[in-house]
Amino acid sequence: MILTNVESLPGKVIVEHYGLVQGSSIRAKHVGRDMMAGLKNIVGGELKGYTELLQESRAQATERMKTQAEALGANAVINVRYSTSSVAQGAAEILCYGTAVRVE
Amino acid sequence: MGEVFVALIDYLPLLLLVLAYLTGRFVERRHYRSIKRRENETLSQALITSEVLESDRVVRSAELAVGSVVVSVDYFKRVLGAFRNIFGGEVRSYASVLDRGKREALLRLKESHPDADVFLNCRLQTAALLNQQGRGSGSVEVVAYATAVTFGK
Repeated sequence: MILTNVESLPGKVIVEHYGLVQGSSIRAKHVGRDMMAGLKNIVGGELKGYTELLQESRAQATERMKTQAEALGANAVINVRYSTSSVAQGAAEILCYGTAVRVE
Repeated sequence: MGEVFVALIDYLPLLLLVLAYLTGRFVERRHYRSIKRRENETLSQALITSEVLESDRVVRSAELAVGSVVVSVDYFKRVLGAFRNIFGGEVRSYASVLDRGKREALLRLKESHPDADVFLNCRLQTAALLNQQGRGSGSVEVVAYATAVTFGK
């Protein structure tokens, strides 16, 4: 499964379109991470706990999109987009969507 | 002893402010040094916002690359920002934090595909993280993604 965020797949030819596929994941941060982040918030800098949390979440959303594309018989997803939104009270939704295609 | 303790409690916000200023400045300088060094190392990898690849070289592989980072604004800068809120205008203390976030995300994007020659259709997006009360907590996630293209040798 190849993903790109352009309308084609450079070096390959698209032979069939299967339409929109999407995957999403909503995660909440746990209390331990939250307390560490609270302390880190005083001195500033990167909050590694949150970076990892959101990366895991993004990977899961991408994986769900891939599963959906595979079920359709696609071998690539083009024009992939991500969006993040904070759903109240310390939870974030990550959405990933794209167009499933077959390439040769 | 008791008096010292009481005085310490009285001046705690001020102490925190000074501590945040010193550590925040240290963290920021160290981060900028690291960013500048890594930017020089990855100069040969081009970031492009257009979707079209204007090259007749043979493409060996093309795949999605993502880089992300969560950066937070230190306590001192948040206080500066709150003052700025009274008079309005550009919040310069936040600008450097977001600048660091964006450059770090782009660097991680490049470092995730060290062999790639060109990154097509580069996108940057930011999302504010909310605290338990549903307000902005002063930390921001910056995500950069692009299509990493490697040319055949």
